[in-house]
Amino acid sequence: MADKTPPKVADPAEQDRRDGDRRAGEPSSEGRKSASVRQAIRSELEGDDPAGGETDSPRHRGPDAPPVVEMNHVSLSFDHPILEDISLKAMEGETIVLVGESGTGKSTALKLILRLLVPDSGRVLIDGDDITNLSFEEALDARQKMGMVFQGAALFDSMSVFENIAYPLREHTKMGDDEITERVREKLQFVDLEPDRVMEQMPAELSGGMRKRVGIARGMANNPQIMLYDEPTSGLDPLTTGTITRLIMKLQRELGVTSVVVSHDIRSAFRMASKVALLHDRRITFFGTPEEMTASEDKYIQDFLGGL
Amino acid sequence: MGSTESLSPAQGLPLTGSTVPPPLRHHSEIDRTRLPPFLVRLNDAAKSKVLTLQEYFILAGKSLRFIFARPFYAQDVIQQMDEIGVKSLGIVLLTGLFTGMVLALQSSVQLKTFGATMYIGNLVSASMIRELGPVLAGLMVAGRVGSGIAAQLGSMRVTEQIDALNTLGTDPIKKLVTPRVLAALIMLPVLTVINDFVGIIGGNIIASLVVGLPSSQYWRTVWDQTANGGFVLHYIPNDFIMGIMKPFVFGGIISITACYFGLGTTGGTEGVGQATTKTVVTSSILILIIDYFITQLLLSVLTYG
Repeated sequence: MADKTPPKVADPAEQDRRDGDRRAGEPSSEGRKSASVRQAIRSELEGDDPAGGETDSPRHRGPDAPPVVEMNHVSLSFDHPILEDISLKAMEGETIVLVGESGTGKSTALKLILRLLVPDSGRVLIDGDDITNLSFEEALDARQKMGMVFQGAALFDSMSVFENIAYPLREHTKMGDDEITERVREKLQFVDLEPDRVMEQMPAELSGGMRKRVGIARGMANNPQIMLYDEPTSGLDPLTTGTITRLIMKLQRELGVTSVVVSHDIRSAFRMASKVALLHDRRITFFGTPEEMTASEDKYIQDFLGGL
Repeated sequence: MGSTESLSPAQGLPLTGSTVPPPLRHHSEIDRTRLPPFLVRLNDAAKSKVLTLQEYFILAGKSLRFIFARPFYAQDVIQQMDEIGVKSLGIVLLTGLFTGMVLALQSSVQLKTFGATMYIGNLVSASMIRELGPVLAGLMVAGRVGSGIAAQLGSMRVTEQIDALNTLGTDPIKKLVTPRVLAALIMLPVLTVINDFVGIIGGNIIASLVVGLPSSQYWRTVWDQTANGGFVLHYIPNDFIMGIMKPFVFGGIISITACYFGLGTTGGTEGVGQATTKTVVTSSILILIIDYFITQLLLSVLTYG
């Protein structure tokens, strides 16, 4: 995305008209201008969602409460280094979007937060608790605070939609069948699916967008405090992308969930992000609000935003 | 629980976590520059083999230990017993019947030269119960069930369903491996007994139709053979002990091998194919090799004759 500069068109305004908000990385003199254009686009995009993306959490915690998700100088390498000295913080109710080129280890960072992987050095803290040194069983419990939405939704294809969403409830709660059914319906309605239509379907019968939504419903079935999304909008058409993006924002706004989203879709990333982290060359080279990012004069960041 | 820590994917095993291929880290700090290159390669190759073996045994240990640990996934066990046992009945019946028939046919030719065709029953029952029943049932199940398990777990791995299980707070070994291992441990001996029985009936058919041996004579020699092998605790024929021990071990080998390769799948759909192939080849070979050693062991432990 970043290395592909769109063909130069004589009149930049002309290109704007044709491509909507697609622009090439501009030299810094024009950077300011394009930043304001992006700003305008952003507020326009949020127009269909008056409450905006970064409403602060309705939950009440002290101002000095620890970050809900914190990565502290985390490094990880397999045969070769993958992540080096990664630090980021997500405060209560924030949505952190981790962007970067493909293959920079974005999904690996999510797996570190879930403790599916253990860092070589550094610490990962959830709600102020260090999860780096947990045993396998303790980690299973720690993951109860988190809901994860996988790239391909990762629904269990031997189970119906209902069983998929009920799975975490059956595993970890003592809820009765009626309660479970009610909870599953509630979650399906939250993700705008008709419970009666989809509940008994098998994952293979669903479309890509529906699978994603069922994946979100399963992720939030336990009412987790933290939601993690791995490429929630990849492989979806623009309309469905919009729906999923709005859904993630709704989750954050109505339930005050703290989210970490991995994405290379910069457009939807900007809509939902309270903070953006840019992963480049195994390190986080930028961490700040979308506005700060568009205002940045860094060449790589401008190239990266070229897609916007 | 120290042993579980070594299962964490960052330390080598892809079983419980990442989709990233298993890294070979923690090389001991030998001075590589002073070794000839072929020795370095040999060292690495040997280490990866030992690591594989270690992971295999860790998986085997965990899956067996979880049989007795909560939560129990009884429904999964029953479903797997259906999958492994009941649905394999057809192929096991067929192989048993025709093996028994061909055994009777071949031995009738051989025994005729000594005028000893009345002993067909001895030959068929000894071969079926001690050897062919367990091994053939094992090989057929390895082909049918082992490949199925590896393909299923492999595709669950590449579509991140294993990670999803982990994320939802379920140990995939407990949920997926243990029910399969337990079901195989129970069902393979059952299938083998059926296989033996059908094989002996097949021998009976050929003995009476082709050789003209009366059924009563055939069944008497079958029993004589079993009784002559000696008894454990006065009641259980030695042959039965051998005939049940083997499929029990084979059931473990098939299911654990299939789960090991299935969960260790990397590299998309192609990886699933490779995992399936490796499962069938490895478990078939293991069955044949271990069969020899069990026979050797049991022949010296059980007092025959």
